[in-house]
Amino acid sequence: MNKLGSAIFSRLVIILPYAWLLFFFLIPFFIVFRISLSTTAIAQPPYEPVFALADGLSGIFAKIGQFSFANYVWLTEDALYMNAYLSSLWIAGVSTLVTLLIGYPIAYGMAQAPRTLRPTLLMLVILPFWTSFLIRVYAWIAILKPEGLLNQFLLGIGVIDQPLIIMNTNWAIYIGIVYSYLPFMVLPLYSALEKMDNTLIEAAQDLGCPQISAFWKITFPLSIPGVVAGCMLVFIPAVGEFVIPDLLGGSQTLMIGKTLWNEFNANRDWPVSAAVATILLLILVVPIVFFQNAQAKAEEQGR
Amino acid sequence: MNSWSRFNIVSVVLGFAFLYLPIVLLVVFSFNESKLVTVWGGFSTKWYVALFHNQGLMDAAWVTIRVALLSATVATALGTMAALALTRYTRFRGRLLFSGMVYAPLVMPEVITGLSLLLLFVAIGFDRGFVTVTLAHITFSMCFVTVVVQSRLLSFDRSVEEAAMDLGATPVKTFLEVTLPIIAPAVLSGWMLALTLSLDDLVISSFTSGPGATTLPMKIYSQVRLGVTPEINAACTLLIGFVAIGVIIASIMTKRREVQRVRDEQAAFAGR
Repeated sequence: MNKLGSAIFSRLVIILPYAWLLFFFLIPFFIVFRISLSTTAIAQPPYEPVFALADGLSGIFAKIGQFSFANYVWLTEDALYMNAYLSSLWIAGVSTLVTLLIGYPIAYGMAQAPRTLRPTLLMLVILPFWTSFLIRVYAWIAILKPEGLLNQFLLGIGVIDQPLIIMNTNWAIYIGIVYSYLPFMVLPLYSALEKMDNTLIEAAQDLGCPQISAFWKITFPLSIPGVVAGCMLVFIPAVGEFVIPDLLGGSQTLMIGKTLWNEFNANRDWPVSAAVATILLLILVVPIVFFQNAQAKAEEQGR
Repeated sequence: MNSWSRFNIVSVVLGFAFLYLPIVLLVVFSFNESKLVTVWGGFSTKWYVALFHNQGLMDAAWVTIRVALLSATVATALGTMAALALTRYTRFRGRLLFSGMVYAPLVMPEVITGLSLLLLFVAIGFDRGFVTVTLAHITFSMCFVTVVVQSRLLSFDRSVEEAAMDLGATPVKTFLEVTLPIIAPAVLSGWMLALTLSLDDLVISSFTSGPGATTLPMKIYSQVRLGVTPEINAACTLLIGFVAIGVIIASIMTKRREVQRVRDEQAAFAGR
């Protein structure tokens, strides 16, 4: 009885979340892929299904000839999509770099803070994360507008004599991404830097190594796992970001998350948006697997 | 050694100013008399009054709260199970796929998750509405719970569990009476995290929601697109206030528990 109970318990603990994720996370990707191969139709739902699971495996093979790759061809023919992918990758890449440059000194400063102060500082970094993403992005509209608070301030102290046009440009998107994702960068960096043994630096300095080169030779290499985790946590979601380019960027900005949203909600073209999502997923598979390996390694070390 | 240099202090202070200034400004301007969001016209709470008379916003808030409470609770149960599976049962078939499915949603762009869940619901002929939004929220927030609980499970002394098992406790009993009390603060913060993720979510909700299940972020978003208004500032301030109160209560509770635990341990050692 005892043994049976324990077997059931351990099975349940694994099977329930496993089944949930299979059904609600993994299988939907196959459905997306399937629909990306179908053609648009004026119907509800607005696509012509290519194959159904009821056809069985042989039925699906028989229908391979009918697969429509038209949506993928369409994506390569219209420069809009290619440009949106490239500019998303570029914007996410630049923002990640800037977030790292801003986040590193903050995390370093926190890790060097007196031990009693650290939990409070950590709490202060996490706290904005609890406030709505949408609200934090929205807050920037009032700041960045031409007649907004930043321009009022800069005009007031006389740094500029004409309002800066930031809103509805890519600058606003960079600011929005860096701001929203900063805690994701600081937290892994802090946990990597906090664990560091300060005596290593002291030893290096005792042996005559200047402070700056001690940082580059010891501190930075030891913090690389934190840098990798932080960059992945910022870069991957930023590539597919929708809220920030939609609210802060203008109509000119091209980001693939926004393109997908418009394709789906405004044009109601489900097959093309499924194809856009499939390609985006293929682009992100490499960084995602990279991130998972880093996570698994960290988990391994924690054990 | 204590070398909290000036450079370190300045970078931390500037960093926090950058993180908090926009939120502070938003809160301040929610008390603005003027309709213009960026021009100060005196103190007023009239936007809060207007907010409570806005039936659409109130309905959306009610939907959001129900979705959040329900999805956070289920997500916490599933997420804790997944954390146990990953840390305690290290060898089972398909573990690699499992851990992949746990970590991928953490970074998956929301448009992809939202679209794929919507197409799933359409494929199985499920009407979109309250239930589909809740199912979608459970799916993405359970993985965050797993990460939070998992880190606690990895850091505590497993010999306590082993001792309970050696003394004849069943795994279920060991979990309920030994493991769960120890990981309770992490489970609670996982629940809070799932709750806020659900309260916040715009993109996944927009894809998976149907008529009659408009959530507050969806409502706020559709109004923000028409322009910034002090009323939205007021709504946002209230949301921030609720979350801040929740976080403060939770941190006081965990601190108390921690103090109590240390005291218990000291008493146990003294009694020996």
